[in-house]
Parts: sequence; structure tokens; C-alpha cells
Amino acid sequence: MLAKRIIPCLDVDNGRVVKGIRFVSLVDAGDPVEQGKRYDAEGADELTFLDITASSDKRDIVADLVRRVADEVFIPFTVGGGLRTVEDIRTILRAGADKITLNTAALETPELISACAETFGSQCVVVAIDARRRNAGDPADGWDVYTHGGRRNVGLDALEWATRAQQIGAGEILLTSMDRDGTRNGYDIELTRAVSSAVRIPVIASGGAGKLEHFYEALTDGGASAVLAASLFHFGEFSIAEVKNYLRGRGVEVR
Amino acid sequence: MGQVAIIDYGVGNLRSVEKAFAATGCEAVVSGDEKELREAERLVLPGVGAFGACMKALSERGFDRLVRERVGEGTPLLGVCVGMQLLFDESDEFGATPGLGLLRGKVRRFSDELVVPHVGWNRIDQIRENPLFDGVANGSFLYFVHSYYCEPAEKSVVAGETEYGVRYASIVAQENICGVQFHPEKSQDVGLRLLQNFARLNSRC
Repeated sequence: MLAKRIIPCLDVDNGRVVKGIRFVSLVDAGDPVEQGKRYDAEGADELTFLDITASSDKRDIVADLVRRVADEVFIPFTVGGGLRTVEDIRTILRAGADKITLNTAALETPELISACAETFGSQCVVVAIDARRRNAGDPADGWDVYTHGGRRNVGLDALEWATRAQQIGAGEILLTSMDRDGTRNGYDIELTRAVSSAVRIPVIASGGAGKLEHFYEALTDGGASAVLAASLFHFGEFSIAEVKNYLRGRGVEVR
Repeated sequence: MGQVAIIDYGVGNLRSVEKAFAATGCEAVVSGDEKELREAERLVLPGVGAFGACMKALSERGFDRLVRERVGEGTPLLGVCVGMQLLFDESDEFGATPGLGLLRGKVRRFSDELVVPHVGWNRIDQIRENPLFDGVANGSFLYFVHSYYCEPAEKSVVAGETEYGVRYASIVAQENICGVQFHPEKSQDVGLRLLQNFARLNSRC
């Protein structure tokens, strides 16, 4: 049976991890290779690097990061953050990344999704959707798609966008609840369930993990194929192994 | 231990495969050079994306013939992911597209009832003994990403199976021809072990 995936997310700036495992001080806490290896050893199923480099030679910096990680980490990894063209993406994939995430660029130019799917295959195209409830108290009112860290409402329904992204070539959806992100109050289960029921591609739930049962809820009630968390692992609250042991104990297939 | 050549025919990222072999202590090169590919002791046929596009890119370089000839000479060949699918007669992807025809059978799409692609870690049940499994526990998890699966005409080529809506052939091996549907280069120690086992094969899977 296909195992549910646990995916830690690392923020990277200028080739260095700025939000990763806080207590990894043995070798070099800012080194993406060291952090990648640590998560790999702990049992992470994949890694996601969110690149926030603002420099003009961003592409070279990110490609170098990807190359270094690919040389030593033998689990799949995804790179996202500011990728805008097929050429940007080609550089990242050729350097050794397995998948890329598209967010704002895909909203502005949906053809980018299809161009990437045709050129590199849908399996490497992850469309990231940041969604916020129209009515915080009632999920029945639906969710809008946001950009700019949840500040700008695109005026697009999250379910419609997920369905469209799938149609034009997305291989997975990385779904972040902007209501829950950073709150530790749990994933938005209604959102996760609504999107995973609307599409036939894997949905990665993100935003809000704070307790072990939150992972369980997203993977069972929410119908997610994978769960992503950043700060929970970053601050060392739980290790990947603890999350997996818990899930295994509750009958969820994990590796 | 002989040299492994990873066939570069313009599709996908081959760096990870090369680095994975290197991590196991095996010498591997990525090559699109006919002479090198003719001299290598073992060949790896990677593949990513669409079956038809892969087959086309392979044929344009004359590597379809090269692979068939080298296999005929007894050179061990490992097809990875779509590279495994290319070993078969044909695929349903975008209408029937012919493959290399080294193994009898077809490539089919997973049912629309399932979440497709099949992405993530899944188990391999070893259904017969094979040197590729040396040091690999039965039921080990490996990393998969694919929407189509191989349906061999002869059960005897199936070495390992995986369950995803159907039980399908995730490892095939017949004489010097091997194929794996998962990505050994992305499957941690277990995947590296399989690559190492391939690099150590005498000439038969």
C-alpha cells in the first residue's frame, strides 16, 4: 500500500537554510545538505526547499544549492519560490531537483503549468495554492486563492483553481491554509477534504500542524496524500520519527 | 566491478542516477556518445515524462538500435521508470505507441478511480529470487512516481510486485534485461543497494 508522506519544509536564502532544524548544530545549521541529510536519516519521505533569495543571480544560487543537495541526499526533493519561466525550471531540474512548485507565476501565467508538464512531465509540477476562508467561521462559504503571503486576494475560488491546475498539467497540489498557517491549531480539514475530493492528483496539506493528531486528521478525514510542516520540525517539537510512530500506531501506512 | 553508462538522450535529470551509483562506490558516467555507450559494460536506460516522447528522442539518436544490439550481445541493461516501460512492446499512452520490444507486454494507465500519478513510497513484494534483491528485505519501501504501469505478457519476467489499485510488476528481470518502475536513486539505502546489485551482476539478472 502506498505510504502517506511526511515532508519537512526548509526556507532557504542565498543557498543557506534560514528556517530549518533549529537544534542541528553538529556540523553546520545553515547548510542545506547537512539539514537534508538529517531529515533523511530521521525518515522524511521528501524534502521541500522554499527559496526566498532576492538577489539578481538567484537562478545560479538556487541551482548551486540544488546541485549540492542532489549529490548527497537520496530522497526526492522539491524546490519552490519565485520560479517564473520554463528556463528557470529547466535549470533547477537539470541540477537535480525532482519537482518544482509554482504559485504566483502559475496564477499570472497558467500556460506555464502546461508548458512545464509538456516539457518535463506532470510528475514534477507541483502547484502551490494558498487559500483563505471567505468566512472564517463557516467553510461552506468556500475559499479564495491568495498571493503575497496571504495578503492579496486573487479573486479566484480555490477549488476551481485546483481543478483547473490539474486539467492543465499539475501533478500534485501543495495546499496551504492561510487561516491556519503558523497558528498550530491544526490543518484546515474542510479545505483539505474539499480539494482532495475535487481533484484526482495527490494533495499535500500544509499550514497549521501543532499536534500529532493534526497529521492524522489531514491524512484521514482530509484525504491528503502527504502532510508538510515547517516550524514544528524546525523548533524540534516533534521529530519525523515521532510523527510516523504515532501515525503507525493509529493504523496509517507510513514508511 | 565494471563501468555503468547512463544513456543520455536528452530527457530528464540523470545527475541523480549518476550520483547514486557514485555513492555506492560504482563507477558510472552519463553519456550520449555512441562509442562510450558501445564500450560500457552495463547500460542504464532512464526515462521521465511521456513514453512517446522518450521513444522518439531515443530513436532520433539511433539509441533504440544501439540498446537492442547491446542487449543482444549480453550487456546488462537496467530500465528505470519510463525506461522500464520502454523495454516492452507498446504503451497505451496517447494511443498505442511502440516501445523497444525487448520484453513482451504492454504499458497501461492506472484506473481513473485512483489518485494518479502514483506518487510516494510503496512496497515491493519479491515474488521470486533475484540477484538484484541481494541484501534487500522483502516488502521494502521504494519511491515511485508514475501514471502508467507495465503488464508483461509472461509472468516469468516479474521479479517483484507492488499494489496500487492493482498488483503490478514493479521489477522485471529476464536474462540480462532488468527494469524497475521506482526510482532507486531517490529511494535511500534500499535503492542504492539495488543499483549496487545491478552494477555487480555478472551478466544475468
